[in-house]
Amino acid sequence: MSETKALESMIGEEYKYGFTTDVEYEDFPKGINEDVVRLISEKKNEPEWMTEFRLKAYRAWTEMEEPSWFNATYEKPKFDTLQFYSAPKNKPKLNSLDEVDPNIRETYEKLGIPLDEQKMLAGVAVDAVFDSVSIFTTFKEKLAEAGVIFCSISEAVQDYPELVKKYMGSVVPARDNFYAALNSAVFSDGSFCYVPKDTICPMELSTYFRINNMNSGQFERTLIIAEENSHVSYLEGCTAPMFDEHQLHAAVVELVALDNAEIKYSTIQNWYSGDEEGRGGIYNFVTKRGACRGKNSKISWTQLETGSAVTLKYPSVILQGDNSVGEFFSVAVTNKRQQADTGTKMIHIGKNTKSTIISKGISAGRSDNSYRGQVKISKKADNARNYSQCDSMLIGQTCGAHTFPYIESANPTGKIEHEATTSRVGEDQIFYLQQRGISEDDAISLIVNGFCKEVLKELPMEFAVEANKLLGIKLEGSVG
Amino acid sequence: MLELKNLHAEVEGEGIEILKGVNLKVNKGEIHAIMGPNGSGKSTLAKVIAGHPEYEVTGGDIIYKGESILEMDPDERAHAGVFLAFQYPVEVPGVTNTTLLRESYNTIAASRGREELDPLEFDDYIREKLDLVEMNPDFLERSVNTGFSGGEKKRNEIFQMAVLQPTLSLLDETDSGLDIDALRIVSEGINKLHGEEDAVVLITHYQRLLNYIVPDHVHVMLGGKIVKSGGKELAFELEEKGYDWLESLAKVNGEAK
Ligand SMILES: Nc1ncnc2c1ncn2[C@@H]1O[C@H](COP(=O)(O)OP(=O)(O)O)[C@@H](O)[C@H]1O
Ligand SMILES: [Mg+2]
Repeated sequence: MSETKALESMIGEEYKYGFTTDVEYEDFPKGINEDVVRLISEKKNEPEWMTEFRLKAYRAWTEMEEPSWFNATYEKPKFDTLQFYSAPKNKPKLNSLDEVDPNIRETYEKLGIPLDEQKMLAGVAVDAVFDSVSIFTTFKEKLAEAGVIFCSISEAVQDYPELVKKYMGSVVPARDNFYAALNSAVFSDGSFCYVPKDTICPMELSTYFRINNMNSGQFERTLIIAEENSHVSYLEGCTAPMFDEHQLHAAVVELVALDNAEIKYSTIQNWYSGDEEGRGGIYNFVTKRGACRGKNSKISWTQLETGSAVTLKYPSVILQGDNSVGEFFSVAVTNKRQQADTGTKMIHIGKNTKSTIISKGISAGRSDNSYRGQVKISKKADNARNYSQCDSMLIGQTCGAHTFPYIESANPTGKIEHEATTSRVGEDQIFYLQQRGISEDDAISLIVNGFCKEVLKELPMEFAVEANKLLGIKLEGSVG
Repeated sequence: MLELKNLHAEVEGEGIEILKGVNLKVNKGEIHAIMGPNGSGKSTLAKVIAGHPEYEVTGGDIIYKGESILEMDPDERAHAGVFLAFQYPVEVPGVTNTTLLRESYNTIAASRGREELDPLEFDDYIREKLDLVEMNPDFLERSVNTGFSGGEKKRNEIFQMAVLQPTLSLLDETDSGLDIDALRIVSEGINKLHGEEDAVVLITHYQRLLNYIVPDHVHVMLGGKIVKSGGKELAFELEEKGYDWLESLAKVNGEAK
């Protein structure tokens, strides 16, 4: 009775970030060919080697086929009408906050991300990416004092070409997959971070990605390098306006950890997910991979995936260095008609390498949620260990949950443990909590938060509250 | 406090009638016992009073504190002071007892215009209540009912009752699963919690519980109806003669409508 009503009343106000910002855009041709790729490179005033990198990737892409092995169905993006580059008209490279287009500044305020350093969350430096361009990076000076470079990838191409040349494409080669190739050809902007030897980054770094322009795709590129004995924690947040058409987001993220270095990468993904009927919403097709190149290095991925119409995403770790550690903590929530196929790959190459996978999938509405994970222990990886736990929770009767674990071991000393559970949020659980005075929505929120506690505690503290709230909003009235 | 008037209820959407005209009146300060064989509708009655969505009230009324509560959601009934100790308490993995109880206590407090307690105050408050049912503090940080033994679950229900201080407590087979020591402790707890301003309805199979908690009235339920009511001596009579006696009684009363 009350349940469906509650569901209906929540639908209208569910997505709070669906507004658009009125900004003028530079003209840019639609579709893609070598000239478009050159033009992007030219717009960004890139050196020859960068243009070559893009062209090579483009040529590779033209020979590749769009993948279809995942558990999702959708209408393929129309590459010939898509706009591959979109930049607000106002001078994009800014040194002071006063120069930021006031409309864009307001957008970030509305999203709860003040760019004004005074007002920032204590100890979090922010890089704001609006459509294809990095708008502003806060706390740059303070970071520079510690020797940490945190800037947009476009700036890095100009100012730190040796680093970019050395590492870009070294973890995710342009030919890696269809969308990585496309990204390598047309990537617009993103964040770059370099933490030198023996340095602990003095604050959380974060990037907020915002897609505003209806017809543009967003292709951002992030590269993080942690030198020996360094440590960095990075968080990305994503939102987009509500449009009836699907928009493509195809990012590439590369992480490199050298000896004894540690990178913690967290994502709160809340792209617009489309309406009840599956109209609109973002296609989130990203390639995220980290390389534990050094001994004793560690890379942790933590993700809270709540948005997008379709998500295909497998943040992975290549454990090359002996004793290196890879972690993947994930909460993926799907509601309405969302489809998520997400998981991780842990590739053990070094000796005594260790990986942990904790995945929590929550499906509601008429959504489909799949975990897909690969654990591979190569021949030389003596004493490699993996522990995987994949739990699915179903809310209501019309959603689906699936688990696809792939295990491959070429070394008899390897140890792989896999546990999986599926549970349903039952009417009885909700009634029990309601009998104790808790409203239906709060009951679901309690149950879901309890279910993902292990993962949520991995998020940086500054964002934990936000994450809890987001989960609550996402699932309000979802018992039908 | 509570009045059931010719209450009929069926399983929502399936048309299976389970409660077939229950009449019952419970006053402040009283303890009532409802007895009856398996499947006679005792748990259903308790759940219907608490507002379980699985059942639909098809006739009659539930009057609580002078007003019909049929239109109220289960949480609103809880705010009004209705508490159900479940025959089968539900496991809620990942949510600790403390989290649940603090949320419950504060939601109920807010709805009644009482002051909410912060986590530290709340901790002091519940520790007192633990003693009442002699429950190990370790249970506070465990997930609600998850992996609890049958007896532990029942004790936990009464602990929750102590924390939430309801005005109408429906205790569904709280005695089953408790060993003899636990039964004594839990019963004493219930006796201490009960006062002039609240009422308790005990649902039980056995006379055993009634040695510890002495009811003012005993009712016998059969086939979805209360077929006989009396004082505490009715429980003994029932124990002696068995439910067969009642079944013949029901027939005499004319089951046929
Ligand atoms: N949801 C339901 N669907 C079908 N039958 C039910 C449902 N709930 C209760 N019943 C039936 O109603 C009768 C009364 O059940 P219950 O109230 O649990 O009895 P008691 O608590 O007295 O043992 C039983 O025959 C039971 O099987
Ligand atoms: Mg029963």
